[in-house]
Amino acid sequence: MKPSGNFFLLTFIVAVIIVSYIGCNNSKQSFSGDVSSQVYVAPGTYDEFYTFMSGGFSGQMTVYGLPSGRKFKVMSVFAQNPETGYGYSEETKAMLNTSYGFIPWDDAHHPQLSQTDGVPDGRFVFINGNNTPRIAKVDLKEFETTEIIEIPNSAGNHGSPFITQNTEYVIASTRFSVPIPQNDIPISSYKENFKGSISFIKLDPKTEMMNLEFQIIVPGFNYDLARGGKGPSGDWAFFTSYNSEQANTLLEINASKNDKDFIAAVNWKLAEKYLKEGKARTMPAEYYRNYMDHKTQTAVSVKNTEVKVLDPKECPGMIYYLPTPKSPHGVDVDPSGEYIVAGGKLATVIPVHSFSKMIKAIENKEFDGEIQGIPILKYESIVAGEVKDPGLGPLHTEFDDKGYAYTSAFISSEIVKWKVGTWEVADRIPVYYSIGHLNIPGGDSKKPWGKYVIALNKITKDRYLPTGPELTQSAQLIDISGDKMKLLLDFPTAGEPHYAQSLPADLVKDKTIKFYKIEENMHPHATKKEKDSRVERKGNEVHVYMTAMRSHFAPDNIEGIKVGDEVYFHITNLEQDWDVPHGFAVKGNNNAELLIMPGQTRTLKWIPSKAGIHPFYCTDFCSALHQEMSGYIRVSPQGSNVQLSYSLGDNK
Amino acid sequence: MVTKRTQNTTSAVYLLLLLALSIIVLTGCGDSQGQDPAQFSNNKTVTANTNASGLSDFEMKNGIGPIKQIIELSALDMKLAKQGEDIFLSKCASCHKLDERYVGPAQRNIFERRSPEYIMNMMLNPEEMYKKHPEAKKLLAEFMTPMPNQNLSFDEARSILEYFRKAGNEK
Repeated sequence: MKPSGNFFLLTFIVAVIIVSYIGCNNSKQSFSGDVSSQVYVAPGTYDEFYTFMSGGFSGQMTVYGLPSGRKFKVMSVFAQNPETGYGYSEETKAMLNTSYGFIPWDDAHHPQLSQTDGVPDGRFVFINGNNTPRIAKVDLKEFETTEIIEIPNSAGNHGSPFITQNTEYVIASTRFSVPIPQNDIPISSYKENFKGSISFIKLDPKTEMMNLEFQIIVPGFNYDLARGGKGPSGDWAFFTSYNSEQANTLLEINASKNDKDFIAAVNWKLAEKYLKEGKARTMPAEYYRNYMDHKTQTAVSVKNTEVKVLDPKECPGMIYYLPTPKSPHGVDVDPSGEYIVAGGKLATVIPVHSFSKMIKAIENKEFDGEIQGIPILKYESIVAGEVKDPGLGPLHTEFDDKGYAYTSAFISSEIVKWKVGTWEVADRIPVYYSIGHLNIPGGDSKKPWGKYVIALNKITKDRYLPTGPELTQSAQLIDISGDKMKLLLDFPTAGEPHYAQSLPADLVKDKTIKFYKIEENMHPHATKKEKDSRVERKGNEVHVYMTAMRSHFAPDNIEGIKVGDEVYFHITNLEQDWDVPHGFAVKGNNNAELLIMPGQTRTLKWIPSKAGIHPFYCTDFCSALHQEMSGYIRVSPQGSNVQLSYSLGDNK
Repeated sequence: MVTKRTQNTTSAVYLLLLLALSIIVLTGCGDSQGQDPAQFSNNKTVTANTNASGLSDFEMKNGIGPIKQIIELSALDMKLAKQGEDIFLSKCASCHKLDERYVGPAQRNIFERRSPEYIMNMMLNPEEMYKKHPEAKKLLAEFMTPMPNQNLSFDEARSILEYFRKAGNEK
């Protein structure tokens, strides 16, 4: 280890300690005026914005209202959810299939709203799974996950899922480079053998289904975040990278040596053209695509076996490297599409590249060498400006509608507001503490609604009542409508609120559905009339076709089940009304409960392990006779001769 | 009120939509169902007379909801009744039997108790009926399980009414 590395590390640690200390002392700031009225949303009235927050290590995504900070829903994405039975019910298990088998957890980081012409359109919100590389699509008509695609040749799917300006593609880059294809080789052969990948997932405009259209194999750096261009830069997408040193151990030091790393600028239109011309190589790759079949209300897994791969060496003009100080994290394109702002975690300035200068530098071949067929542009030729004194550890930038940019500074725990074009700092506000991403409604789009910025903080220390060693995670709402930023609200969030995206509620709320039409339920095990409810035995499989209606199940007495039977409860909720799900739980089930939406069929598998009487009941309260929404199943020992029977009331 | 929540504004919008839809549907179907489309085109029969519940005489007799006019019933339409039976079995029969009190009241003799308009309004607008109509309130207190809004269309509710007529004639 070199002394300079040690020195840097030490300085860094001391800086963090000092800043944290100062931050803590300042945390009880006083408020001028009545800010509570600005976040008060009276009972029975609606918030102005939806905000979609990543659930981080919970693997889910959470919906909040702004400005109130009220939590509305946890949307199940990459993790099983016993609250609803997502990932437990027979219909939803397939959503979590991967080439590694059934994976009921992931690390979800970056919500991304779909856009039309560079503006959020309220159709979908996408989110990435970092750990087992996946991208999910959540349909905002239902607020449910309707598709998940696995990304092959990727590890640590961090730089995703960002989109092009009409959601033509959902893009993804790999944080960890790995051998492509995978191979059992020494880790120390990193430089020779490890590669990165950038993936383009096409969203079919008609079917709205995702397909991994192509991948670009890139040098073995760590790719971190991405943004699609817009307006003039609409044909391009930008990806930050760090570890251009290509280190494979103690990255904290060894990946922090170079003064500049790179933003990879990818011309996706040109890549598309090369793909059409047959420049891609087809390579074997195993990955799953899972989607919810709306007719059968059941998830389907499709296994893919190959992927089309482009090599930059064979595709001139497809990628350029923009040198960028230093270990850049965020890469953010301003509403005009001209400026590309990097957040150099270890940089002392915020570098801003100019798209038009970049194009000119490409035309004039103002290169500073190349790496594996990718030309490096001269920093001086492309940089539009640098924001001086931007706080320590600038990470991520979003924009308002008045020409200002807002950058989160992780180490100094603050948000810094600066003017696009003059690069001068206009304002700064402390946040509590260790802010990662920030979010302005539409702040990554052509049309920001520049009313609030949300700080997504990693540490909450003394901000809330303590709850043991682990404190609540937190977001902070800051008013940016005036010249000075003004803190309005702290609100606890599901951990970890890594990033969020927000949009006006009007773009979503009137399009949501209230129930699934029972007539359209083509589930193979649906029971659409109470009189069709029944129990059938097939060998040791027992299928219970049950209906649920306020406030009873049919049937509610079942006998003739035996220990070790595989019992499938296929329950259809016959309600056709808003907000009347029914629950189903049975004693001793080593699974979960079900939450069945109106008009939906869901199946819970149960293998009874003990003889005796097992009650089942509805878990979701909907009427005064909720307690009465229950029944009994008699389980007899294996080999007993109790006949299969079922009933409801006295008339069966 | 034991349902989780209700959105009055939303309900109102739906009722208006439903009324508009009824008009369109009836105009479209015309005489095939033996009804005069003009019946639903205005609200002129709602009179100023109100009782202690704040309801008009029409509402007292015929319920509150999208049906604000007398429905003229002609000869029994067997095809419509069959459609109604199918919908009844899917959306109502979990709680209603024809001849016995179940989760809700028996339905075969419903015409002895209620007007066709009242039955339609109860099917199409249960939440408001439970809130405002003394008869519906009485029934809720007796049965305790409120009748869910099954979001029936006007046509679906009308076909169920026809099924009740057929069932009533059979006994």
